[in-house]
Amino acid sequence: MRLSAAKKRSRMGYIYILPWLLGLLIFQLYPLIASFAYSFTEYRVTGSPKFIGLSNYLTILKNDDLFWQSLAVTFKYVLMAVPLKIIFALFVAIILSQKLRGINWYRTAYYIPSIFGGSVAVSILWRFLFMEDGLVNRILAQLNIPSVPWLSSPHVALLTLVFLSVWQFGSSMVLFLAALKQVPEDLYEAARIDGASRRHIFWHITLPMISPILSFNVLMQMINGFQDFTGSFVITGGGPLHSTYMIALKLYNDAFAHFKMGYASALSWILFLIIFLITAVFFKFTSAAVYYEDGGNRK
Amino acid sequence: MTKPHTRHTGRMLLTHLFMITFGLIMLYPLIWMVFSAFKPNDELFSSIALLPKRPVWDSFKAGWRGTGQFTYTTFFKNTFLLVLPTVFFTVCSSSIVAYGFSRFDFRFKRPLLMLVIGTLLLPGSVLVIPRYLLFNRLGWLNTYLPFIVPAMFACNSFFIYMMIQFFRGIPKALDEAATLDGCNTFQVYLLVLMPICKPALFSAMIFQFIWTWNDFFGPLLYINSVKLYPISLALRMSLDSTMAANWNQVLAMSVLSLLPGTILFFTSQRYFVDGVSAGAIKG
Repeated sequence: MRLSAAKKRSRMGYIYILPWLLGLLIFQLYPLIASFAYSFTEYRVTGSPKFIGLSNYLTILKNDDLFWQSLAVTFKYVLMAVPLKIIFALFVAIILSQKLRGINWYRTAYYIPSIFGGSVAVSILWRFLFMEDGLVNRILAQLNIPSVPWLSSPHVALLTLVFLSVWQFGSSMVLFLAALKQVPEDLYEAARIDGASRRHIFWHITLPMISPILSFNVLMQMINGFQDFTGSFVITGGGPLHSTYMIALKLYNDAFAHFKMGYASALSWILFLIIFLITAVFFKFTSAAVYYEDGGNRK
Repeated sequence: MTKPHTRHTGRMLLTHLFMITFGLIMLYPLIWMVFSAFKPNDELFSSIALLPKRPVWDSFKAGWRGTGQFTYTTFFKNTFLLVLPTVFFTVCSSSIVAYGFSRFDFRFKRPLLMLVIGTLLLPGSVLVIPRYLLFNRLGWLNTYLPFIVPAMFACNSFFIYMMIQFFRGIPKALDEAATLDGCNTFQVYLLVLMPICKPALFSAMIFQFIWTWNDFFGPLLYINSVKLYPISLALRMSLDSTMAANWNQVLAMSVLSLLPGTILFFTSQRYFVDGVSAGAIKG
């Protein structure tokens, strides 16, 4: 059997993407379907799954106070961390994009926390800095400000974790910087000739031009924020009084401390659904506001 | 004529001053951690000075001993055994897959490409439990296979996406010339495109290195004997056991754990930042 050259080539294409395709099926699609199936079962690792219909979902929604608590904590966390992070990132990126000398140095410096922020080492550092007699409180004492129970008060512990997240604004900033570089200089020049103020230029040129990256940043930060784990696990352990008990931590505990695999699967699907809905609403909401240079043909 | 000029310089100076101050505040925790590792334990809680009164080394010596049974020599070795194969296979697999996507036409290419992007947005936490059960059934728990095998199958689509963007910038005329010279498609990939792709390969390498190195959740699930602990788990364990009494040891080991990533970042930060931007902007 002889194949035409084009057919042969297209077959080669499949061969090259085959590893990914297999990986997709085995490590992503199968788990996705399996976890959906498990979510309707009672499944402790040792036994085999037993079908129990919707009761995992019903228990989570009706009787699991910790679920609602963790959901509230996670929403609070995301709603505080993401906007702050984006504002910092955008603000610094705009300053850096004004042909500031030594921009590479600054970019590096501001990017460093993003690289290490998710590590256990930095979580340890955070715990150490914000202890009762940690550096932060001792500096506050020097300034005659009463010390703050950063980790031991249910009112501020979440804020301490928000700081850790906002501290890592560098990765969004780098994306903003690259986007700002792409804004054609003549747009700014034309605006300046027309006598537009800096604020005007920001709202009517800069922001619309970088809106695709802005929405990408916000979306990615939200999706990641909903799943943050290391901070609440290592720094606060979810406490005090479950005030930092993020939903990812609850998922981990249900699955791997209490070995309720079916129940935790249902929980993961609820989390998935929430993230999916937010993503969908976000796309719908922003597609009107985001400016695409080619009229929005690609997305 | 000079006045607007000086006003401009003045504002620039102010901007620099602001950026430097703000940058120092940002980096201060890390700088402070490094110096603190050289302080004796009592000084850690008595002074807010950055520099140690007299630097000591014993926090490193004592901290390195780890659990006594297993030292940080083991933990570092484990981390490299976990990270290096993962990085190697990630770069190989994702560049081959990206080559397939960017240089060949086949049916369902567009929907498959959409899937690459779609999996970028897929929240990983929904996959955690079945993956764990799968690895459990395969007998892969307490090995590094749950990290290495998915890397062979290009499971992190971020890297595929990044490489596709890079391949797009390379003129197809190069491939065609090589084909005329008698290269087959794999030779085109290996001998023509890979050398040009070095910057992209490099940034993928660095990213995967640092991500896997810092990963805590994965090892927490899949590795349960201390003998096989990577650094992230070892640090977390030291926090539980030595607690309070020996903060300077914990900090010293934390500093050491960040060292490889820091070195990598500073020797190759050009690739690093370009890599991040390339993925998101050109699409």
